[in-house]
Amino acid sequence: MFPTFARGVHPPQLKTTAEMPVRRLGFAPELHIPLGQHIGAPAQCVVKVGQRLERGSLIAEGRSFVSASIHAPVTGTVRKIGWLATPQGQRIQGIVLASEPGAGQEHVPFRAPPDLNDPGQWVDAVARSGLVGLGGAAFPTHVKLKVPDGRNVDTVMINGAECEPYLTADHRAMLEWPDDIVSGSLLMKKVLGAERVVIGVEANKMDAVKALERASNNCVDIRVVQVKYPQGAEKMLIRALLRREVPAGGLPMDVGVVVANVQTAAMIARLVPKGLGLVERIVTVAGDAVEKPGNYLVPIGTPVGFLLQSAGVVPDCQRVILGGPMMGVSVADLQLPITKGTSGVLAFKTAQDHESGPCIRCGYCVQACPMSLNPAAIMRSARGGDLDGCVQYRLRDCFECGSCAFVCPSKIPLVQYFRQAKLDLRKQPVAV
Amino acid sequence: MKALLLKGAPHLNSERTTAYIMWHVCWALLPAALWGIWSFGLSALSVLVVCVGAACLADFGFTSRFHRLGSLSDGSAVITGLLLGMTLPPSVPLWMAALGSLVAIGLGKHAFGGLGQNLFNPALVGRAFLQAAFPAAMTRWTPPFLSDRFQSFLAGSWTIPFARPQLDAISGATPLGLLKFDHMSSHISDLFLGQTAGCIGETASVLVLTGGAYLALRRMLDWRIPIAVMGSVFVISGVANQLNANYPDGLFMLGSGGLMVGAWFMATDMVTSPVTTGAIWLFGVLIGFLICAIRFWGGLPEGVMYAILIANATVPLLERFTQPKAFGGQP
Repeated sequence: MFPTFARGVHPPQLKTTAEMPVRRLGFAPELHIPLGQHIGAPAQCVVKVGQRLERGSLIAEGRSFVSASIHAPVTGTVRKIGWLATPQGQRIQGIVLASEPGAGQEHVPFRAPPDLNDPGQWVDAVARSGLVGLGGAAFPTHVKLKVPDGRNVDTVMINGAECEPYLTADHRAMLEWPDDIVSGSLLMKKVLGAERVVIGVEANKMDAVKALERASNNCVDIRVVQVKYPQGAEKMLIRALLRREVPAGGLPMDVGVVVANVQTAAMIARLVPKGLGLVERIVTVAGDAVEKPGNYLVPIGTPVGFLLQSAGVVPDCQRVILGGPMMGVSVADLQLPITKGTSGVLAFKTAQDHESGPCIRCGYCVQACPMSLNPAAIMRSARGGDLDGCVQYRLRDCFECGSCAFVCPSKIPLVQYFRQAKLDLRKQPVAV
Repeated sequence: MKALLLKGAPHLNSERTTAYIMWHVCWALLPAALWGIWSFGLSALSVLVVCVGAACLADFGFTSRFHRLGSLSDGSAVITGLLLGMTLPPSVPLWMAALGSLVAIGLGKHAFGGLGQNLFNPALVGRAFLQAAFPAAMTRWTPPFLSDRFQSFLAGSWTIPFARPQLDAISGATPLGLLKFDHMSSHISDLFLGQTAGCIGETASVLVLTGGAYLALRRMLDWRIPIAVMGSVFVISGVANQLNANYPDGLFMLGSGGLMVGAWFMATDMVTSPVTTGAIWLFGVLIGFLICAIRFWGGLPEGVMYAILIANATVPLLERFTQPKAFGGQP
């Protein structure tokens, strides 16, 4: 039996696009590029309205440490700099780029290639290339590559679990870019001074395991983990492969590990040594409202509507989800762009909403929670407005994987209660 | 394209619903209930029908008229009625059975707010009420397989409410009663294969166990609770039996009275049992200990009902001290 973490759930896999090779998506007439598509400070715009840009040139610069630069995903002209909508409902500063008719795929470097033997210069190059975690969290990659003094990283872990139903973008990356993934992870190992690279892949992608093994030259350790949700959460993957528990509120680095998604590792190898910026990513398009589901290499900033039209969305589509069905966000505005963190676009004809009933204390959520919380108890505290109770039941450890709400026989929207309680907690005055 | 609908994650839900679980519990109870009808005849059938019917009527009344949580279609009222009926003697007057169902649903469930809110197992609340109010009728036993059981009702069944009950011409005694008052033991195989006098649905331990095991395999009851109850009863009575042969042995304890129904279907009631690992084991062992204590030293021959009701009351406390250890956290 392959290793795994404790608890978790088994949603249907629905990976209908696993056999479909990555196809390049054409350029939308207009790309909407938010300046904050990553965790941390938004990037600072360095272009002016009317300016002509080549594909790959710098358009916004990450100026604080936790931030990421942004590059033009298409050759074209800056049409507007202003407010853009986000799936979360806030507005954020962004750049609207008009594609040049007949724009090509040439990708120009925005800087000279870095010296790979100078770790400082190399990490700086990662920062400037705009790389963030492509698994969905969009955490700036270079931040993970700078080990604070007194810390030691022994393992680089590459996350190829891809446990969300429907999504196969990482699976395709492993099949089509195995050499890039291996060399990207070795570059990370070198700059971190780590002892080894471990790639974790769920057992439903044995073809990807084979491809990686062929590419690895025995330089990296490829390990199979059980198919279980949320196996791709980094804490769960570290637990499964290394039997280490990341402390509550801590980071993988606290247990000597740096984790990167397979697409991130591949992009490191594809971009950084050549001085290129991140301008596109693989996105899975699937769901019963899509006629041509598949995996697309999508320029960052492409409107979701353009991608869906290219994939043949049917008129009676009722629900569109950015990301996977377990943690993704449903959207109503198809002008919203694909960002660096968008791993999938799912479109469905049905929008069946289960009516929720009272909690019958079945305990399924307690047996499902990968963080070993008591979701029902947190939910009761949250519903009663008892924020102290929420904190006592360790609401802050919840990363909203949705396992509890998935198994709930009463269909209680537990994650919604948790999100609201977390927002309310943030509004509370901080005790001094 | 139509307007898109918004919803929070997760966008997938498991197909298992509350109603699905509840109806499966009903199906799993059926074999033992049918055996009760086969061995005790028309009266047993009427008791079960009256209990389920009264429970459904009461539940419908409370949920529709007083807007309590839950609904008739979720199947929980059927479970309560069926469980109550299965724990009554076959000759119990039908009006008492109906009253018991009303108390079970009204006082046991909806007084607390409805589905999921109650502290005590509703069926046992109803049964405890009947035991306290009508001790004579609740301890009058009928031998199984009477020849005319499908031709005529037992003497008690159609008693007029609050009239003095007639004495039964034929009466039997349960294995636990025989042991406690007459110091007579029963054959273990009779206990497990439903050949003794007893409550309607409690005599055939093997059938109860089969239904319970099915639910446990489908993860619709928590196997740890019946294992903890049965294990602790087996160990405690085994040790007691070794020290003093007057105490029954483990197998007799497991096969007699309401232990199987209690361990598999009453203690495991999701609403009134704990959800945290430590509390689940403690809860089961506490029930097992209380069953032995009441059966050995109490005035009643049977103790499953009170054991579970007392343990139900400790659930919030047990859970409070057994919250799971956080992933990567301090205990």
